[in-house]
Amino acid sequence: MPKLFTGAEIVYKCLEDQKVEHIFGYPGGAVLPIYDELKNHPSIKHILVRHEQGAGHAAEGYARSTGKTGVVLVTSGPGATNVVTALTDAYMDSVPLVCISGQVPTHLIGTDAFQECDTTGITRPCTKHNWLVKDINDLPRIMHEAFEVATTGRPGPVLVDIPKDIQFAKAKYFKPKKKIKLKGKTLNKFNQKEIDQLVDLMKKASKPVFYTGGGVINSGPKASVLLRELVSITGFPITSTLQGLGAYPGDDNQFLGMLGMHGTYEANNAMHDCDLLINIGARFDDRITGKIDEFSPKSKKVHIDIDPSSINKIVKVDLSIVGDVSDVIRSITKTLKKKNLNLEKSNKQKISKWWQQIQKWRTKQSLNFVNSNKIIKPQHAVQRLYELTKNQDTYITTEVGQHQMWAAQHYKFNKPNRWMTSGGLGTMGYGLPAAVGVQVAHPKKLVVDIAGEASILMNIQEMSTAVQYNLPVKIFILNNQYMGMVRQWQELLHEKNYSESYSKALPDFVKLAEAYGCVGIREKTQMN
Amino acid sequence: MTKSKSAYSTPSKLGKIDTHIIVVWVDNEASVLSRVVGLFSGRGYNIESLAVAEVDQKNNLSRITIVTTGTPQVIEQIVLQLKKLVPVHKVGNFKREDKNVIFKEMALLKIVANPSKIKKALNACKKYNPVILDQTNKSAVIQITALRKEIDSVTKNLKLFGLVSASRTGAVAMTRGAEIFN
Repeated sequence: MPKLFTGAEIVYKCLEDQKVEHIFGYPGGAVLPIYDELKNHPSIKHILVRHEQGAGHAAEGYARSTGKTGVVLVTSGPGATNVVTALTDAYMDSVPLVCISGQVPTHLIGTDAFQECDTTGITRPCTKHNWLVKDINDLPRIMHEAFEVATTGRPGPVLVDIPKDIQFAKAKYFKPKKKIKLKGKTLNKFNQKEIDQLVDLMKKASKPVFYTGGGVINSGPKASVLLRELVSITGFPITSTLQGLGAYPGDDNQFLGMLGMHGTYEANNAMHDCDLLINIGARFDDRITGKIDEFSPKSKKVHIDIDPSSINKIVKVDLSIVGDVSDVIRSITKTLKKKNLNLEKSNKQKISKWWQQIQKWRTKQSLNFVNSNKIIKPQHAVQRLYELTKNQDTYITTEVGQHQMWAAQHYKFNKPNRWMTSGGLGTMGYGLPAAVGVQVAHPKKLVVDIAGEASILMNIQEMSTAVQYNLPVKIFILNNQYMGMVRQWQELLHEKNYSESYSKALPDFVKLAEAYGCVGIREKTQMN
Repeated sequence: MTKSKSAYSTPSKLGKIDTHIIVVWVDNEASVLSRVVGLFSGRGYNIESLAVAEVDQKNNLSRITIVTTGTPQVIEQIVLQLKKLVPVHKVGNFKREDKNVIFKEMALLKIVANPSKIKKALNACKKYNPVILDQTNKSAVIQITALRKEIDSVTKNLKLFGLVSASRTGAVAMTRGAEIFN
């Protein structure tokens, strides 16, 4: 007779078989059997956060900086509802997470039991899929399927809700199947004909631009290598979304900087005036396009994306290529080389006027600012941080707001997976727990959370987590005593009515750091 | 151009709105209907009618038929978003005007009236395959199958002949001829 395992044991056996090394969580009544079992699985390290939202963002930071799946463990009721923001954040930014939540025992579901909530109901719109485990015999299959769904195609969060009695019940364990069938939700649907069409468009273009996004990062480090090769052999200019930063070196001459609402003059003008727009792994977000009718009116548009539902969702495109970014770029480069189109040389001539135009736009120096010798300009602070950290492998996370945009504009990333920021959902309080997750994954690396004084207070409790696990996270607060981004909009659009955007009664951050057992340093004047 | 007082763009002009019948084959499992319906409400799509039932007991498959309206872009999104759901096997999409597809709704109509009025009521339903499921000397329950707008108009007429209650299904669909949808 095969050995029987409890539900809690099965959870860990699955995590072990999925090669999970770290989980981020917080215990509670309905998840205690799983916590009880933790001690028997030394290969899995649990990071105790101070709030379940922090667990979610830490797992996101962990996932984004490693390419692995982040794992979260929370209890029922408030444990599950607290993690909803992080799940939504991961859903918007396509971060693979597996969240395991405890649930009240099966016989109490639906009775408004203590710490009961409809977890699968609440998380249905903010996960790729979720499961309520009602039969212990389904648990191994569901756990493995959860990892498969989280990482297949466009990555995202999933949730497995396990009632307490299921955690105690016993069943056989099964290893993951070689390939779980996901009903044709396959990755690569493109063919050579589409690649040929794209190459043809590239050949004809005189004002081309690459517009790349988080899909390049999600496709793995090899995608960035392939992208650099493609950009180099074509000689085309390239711009990137917020999530795509680092896929292409930020200090390279072909890079126009970030595009969109907070992007550079040259990037946005290139997008507007181009005759060929090649979107690689980005999603025509409204922060990029603005008004759709006026977006890049003169261009042929090509969209390369792993998610078929991203195609034509916002902007109607002339050519769509559904597939994993790495595979698509590899095909493009191969085809370019095979047809022996020495684009680099022949094209340089053809697009030289385009580059001249771009150079003209560049002279505007749209990110320039007037420095001061009295106060510390935030842009200057980020620039100094960049200068002093660029020679080591640095990981940057941010909160959400002006500081985030200054970081995106002035910190030049040259590697993928080094930049963790909440883009789609715009979650203030993301940066510190994300930095904790990054530091757990990369204990020897420099991890900096660039923050504002308002955002940092949203998940400041995670300093305690950092101290407990000796995680030397640096928090770089740009304190202007305002919710800067809110104020910026009020200034622009609401007649400078700065309604409730002033950060009153701020704590003394130096003392606060010390209270948590960290070191706090205040810099009031021009830094060196 | 007036300056937008918002950090969001203003809406573009809407395209032409068509009625489509979307057919979804799903695993018959807990909450699958909620996933499909939640996708519609969450993304602001419209549901005019909905019909769901298990069609394959062995493979545990249900067939969901949804009548919806939207611009071509929205309809395309609906199909692509549905295909992403884990329990969804395949999705069919037909225009209501499509001559190769049969659409039918069923209605149960309760008439409370004297026999002569009931006869008139039955007569009014003549074109829609009426079946008398129950009859007393004061009442009748009539089943009809027809298109949505036909049922709309017949129920309106039947008010005169003692219609007191109508129960209707959503539309179901089937392609004509030997072809099946894959």
